[in-house]
Amino acid sequence: MDLLANLATGFGVAVTPINLLYAFIGCLLGTLIGVLPGIGPVATIAMLLPATYALPPVSALIMLAGIYYGAQYGGSTTAILVNLPGESSSVVTVIDGYQMARKGRAGPALAAAGLGSFFAGCVGTLILAAFAAPLTEVAFKFGPAEYFSLMVLGLIGAVVLASGSLVKAVAMIVLGLLMGLVGTDVNSGVARYSFDIPELTDGIGFIVIAMGVFGYGEIIMNLSKHDDDREVFTAKVTGLFPTKEDFKRMAPAVLRGTALGSALGILPGGGALLAAFAAYTIEKKTKLQPGEVPFGKGNIRGVAAPESANNAGAQTSFIPLLTLGIPPNAVMALMVGAMTIHNIQPGPQVMTSNPQLFWGLIASMWIGNLMLIVLNLPLIGMWIKLLTIPYRWLFPAIVLFCAIGVYSTNNNVFDIWMVAIFGVVGYAFLKMGAEPAPLLLGFILGPMMEENLRRALLLSRGDWGVFVTRPLSASLLAAALALLAVVLLPSIKAKRNEAFVED
Amino acid sequence: MRIKSQKDFFAGLMFSITGAAFAIGATNYTIGDGARMGPGYFPLMLGIVLTILGAIVVLQSMVIETESGDRIGTIAWKPLCYIIGANVLFGICLGGIPKVGIPSLGLIVGIYALTFVSALAGDEFNFKEVAVLATVLAILSFVAFVWLLNLQFPVWPTFVAG
Repeated sequence: MDLLANLATGFGVAVTPINLLYAFIGCLLGTLIGVLPGIGPVATIAMLLPATYALPPVSALIMLAGIYYGAQYGGSTTAILVNLPGESSSVVTVIDGYQMARKGRAGPALAAAGLGSFFAGCVGTLILAAFAAPLTEVAFKFGPAEYFSLMVLGLIGAVVLASGSLVKAVAMIVLGLLMGLVGTDVNSGVARYSFDIPELTDGIGFIVIAMGVFGYGEIIMNLSKHDDDREVFTAKVTGLFPTKEDFKRMAPAVLRGTALGSALGILPGGGALLAAFAAYTIEKKTKLQPGEVPFGKGNIRGVAAPESANNAGAQTSFIPLLTLGIPPNAVMALMVGAMTIHNIQPGPQVMTSNPQLFWGLIASMWIGNLMLIVLNLPLIGMWIKLLTIPYRWLFPAIVLFCAIGVYSTNNNVFDIWMVAIFGVVGYAFLKMGAEPAPLLLGFILGPMMEENLRRALLLSRGDWGVFVTRPLSASLLAAALALLAVVLLPSIKAKRNEAFVED
Repeated sequence: MRIKSQKDFFAGLMFSITGAAFAIGATNYTIGDGARMGPGYFPLMLGIVLTILGAIVVLQSMVIETESGDRIGTIAWKPLCYIIGANVLFGICLGGIPKVGIPSLGLIVGIYALTFVSALAGDEFNFKEVAVLATVLAILSFVAFVWLLNLQFPVWPTFVAG
């Protein structure tokens, strides 16, 4: 069977002692930084990206996969222990996870999150390996019109799931698209919006935006609150492992979460947030067994299901990235950036031109998952200690790592000035209640969208109808419209708000 | 008319102004037509869309009732200035300002400068504690970035390293 042979190739590449070491280091660093309150996977990856520059591509991607999983699990840890979701997808984990922690059951909660994630990761890896190849075939059928429509669908999908105002999220995407256009236009060679600054003709670096908006913006926001508002909860964690009864309740929730997450992750723009949110909603709909704690009061299923869904979705979201080259969320957008730095253009050609890398990456994602469980279950106690580091020591270190990271991408001080500007911009965004994540997605997709729009219209001689007359493109656009319609329906809108408000 | 959501009002304003700026900027480049788009076509389109979206957000902010008025609140100037200032100072230490004759002071000096200035952004500032923190960070960064990862930095001031 091809699948097994391919997986064997992958493991052959990935399982060398040195790569295992990189996976381990990546996972360790990712968890260490991801566990810090307020730093989600996006910021963690952006910060640690420079650390992978010096490595060969395969090792670098393996380390990044480790960082990614580490950061994601680290974020869940913070969500459970201190009621601070490090990223949007752990918003639902907070609800029951923190309640468990307050009852001294942080150990079982963390273990449930870890074990659920690991199981979901294994399933996700298999799905990724099984479906990546056939999906690549589909990818070759994609013309510029289809690509454009798919990106529209992806962007709409990202907006629909964001909390808060829909119009504002769309506006942030458009702003991101526009910022992505800064720099030399590939077709005409004209430097757009560069104000005669040589550095700007290469475009704005995405790390600069990620660091400035997510890193500095957050820090300034945090510092403007005073110590007592930044409540950090460090109760003693008692009992690491879930009881037999916990396992019995967890297992079906993990299965449901995994199935849901795998399916939703494949959709471009579906992402982990929808998966986690949908999984929690489903668990809430099921009947409580006798003697079970109600949801919102520390039910272990409320942790296990969204965490599994989240991780399965994260795994399968590599499918649109690796096969179509389209990043489905901000984290994946960073991975694209990482790949381009190593001269790998993600897309259907990776699998044929670079099979070792492709399958190696898939294998390494499973290894990253494994490392996670190996590393984190025994070390839960230590992560909690890390959280007791006072914020006044933490934030200068974060500022420093951001600055060093930004400088080392191009060895150019200009990027440091840019990150300062985006720090101010990011703070302004937060103050105006404008979510920055859609901006980053738009920023990454901007040049690609323009390129495909131009090509599609060139081929159709300027006929905009091409997007609706080609069946594949038309159905993608229809799906995007349907998504929008669904959110705009009042009944669902109310539910969506409810899901984000309750705690 | 009263502004019902301050946050949305300013966000919308920001979107409209930025959108308009991009659209006006786009007219400096060749626009072309649908079949042969010039470099100005796509940005002009997006700029107009953003301007309209911004206007919608502004309108909504005046019509839709909110409970608290969604106030922006005070701007935290202190952390804003110190954090951004620390970052800029770090850049100056690394690159120097050749125009005014300030030489590059290197990574280590930069780390101390950044740590001290950014620490001022917090609620409490303890000189000894910050000095220890800066030293720890300097050693960590040197070992991790310069030594292990071999990233290229000017580590020491140019007049010392030569």
